[in-house]
Amino acid sequence: MVKGSQGVKSVQGAKNVQRTKRVQAAKKEAQTGDAVTVERREALAGRVFSAAGVTVTPLPPAERVSLRAPEDSVAALSRALGVTLPAKPKTSAAKAGRLAFWLGPDEWMVIDEGGKDPLADCARVKALHSAVGISHRNVAIAVTGPACEATVSAGCPQDLSLAVFPVGAVSRTVLGKAEIVLYRAAEDSFRIECWRSFSDYVFTFLSEAARDAAA
Amino acid sequence: MLLIRCPYCEEERPELEFRNAGEAHVARPADIAAISDEDFEAFFFIRSNPKGIIYERWRHIHGCARFFNAVRDTVSDKFVMTYKAGEPKPKKLPGVAK
Repeated sequence: MVKGSQGVKSVQGAKNVQRTKRVQAAKKEAQTGDAVTVERREALAGRVFSAAGVTVTPLPPAERVSLRAPEDSVAALSRALGVTLPAKPKTSAAKAGRLAFWLGPDEWMVIDEGGKDPLADCARVKALHSAVGISHRNVAIAVTGPACEATVSAGCPQDLSLAVFPVGAVSRTVLGKAEIVLYRAAEDSFRIECWRSFSDYVFTFLSEAARDAAA
Repeated sequence: MLLIRCPYCEEERPELEFRNAGEAHVARPADIAAISDEDFEAFFFIRSNPKGIIYERWRHIHGCARFFNAVRDTVSDKFVMTYKAGEPKPKKLPGVAK
């Protein structure tokens, strides 16, 4: 018993020494000005799936904003963002590398792929609104090719035919067991936005669906 | 799969996008601290549970995320109609003889 407790003590002692060393290293860093660099690790880095007629590709990081606003503020926000916020259900607007998705009667998702910050644009607007940066919450996946509709339909219960889900249509919906935002960028191209923690599941699901769609 | 019409999305969507949220038109008392235990029980626990037409709250949780009201037949499980939250009970139901 006594021996055991001594063992624990010595382990704790070693830990304390380590911690002291770390603190000293951090202090030294602060003095010399060597900043700690954090490596950006993309959730789906390097994962591409190709089958006959369809390709599933992770899209590069983008700036995203979740925007809630009453009707009176929409005009001012549209002016600041440089893209007219769509008012009709299931529609989107695109202008100069910026996408605005209608998600609900007073809810939009704004995506900027040009590296500009839509959150800063919203911050300049005086009208009542709520803009939350969700750039790192979401991961985007592109499903392209003639079999893209069959691939997404494997897990999405909505009618995705061109007549009902035309180019530019966007909707929050489900894919398998995960919630996604589905956007039709072109006749043979979908953009799928999902939460980062769901991205492995969504990508794997789409890969399997693509394999089936090709078969 | 059931198709449910969302009054905000203005189209029929698959049931997987929706969640039931209990009975509709249950009015919360203005001064809930003043009501008797019996009245509170009636407000809080007692639901109509009819056989036939029921008025329910539903939420388009995996869509526009809005709450709305729906009229449903508990016998056939068919949705008679849906309408936006805050609107009064519809006086006339389409396709229901009464």
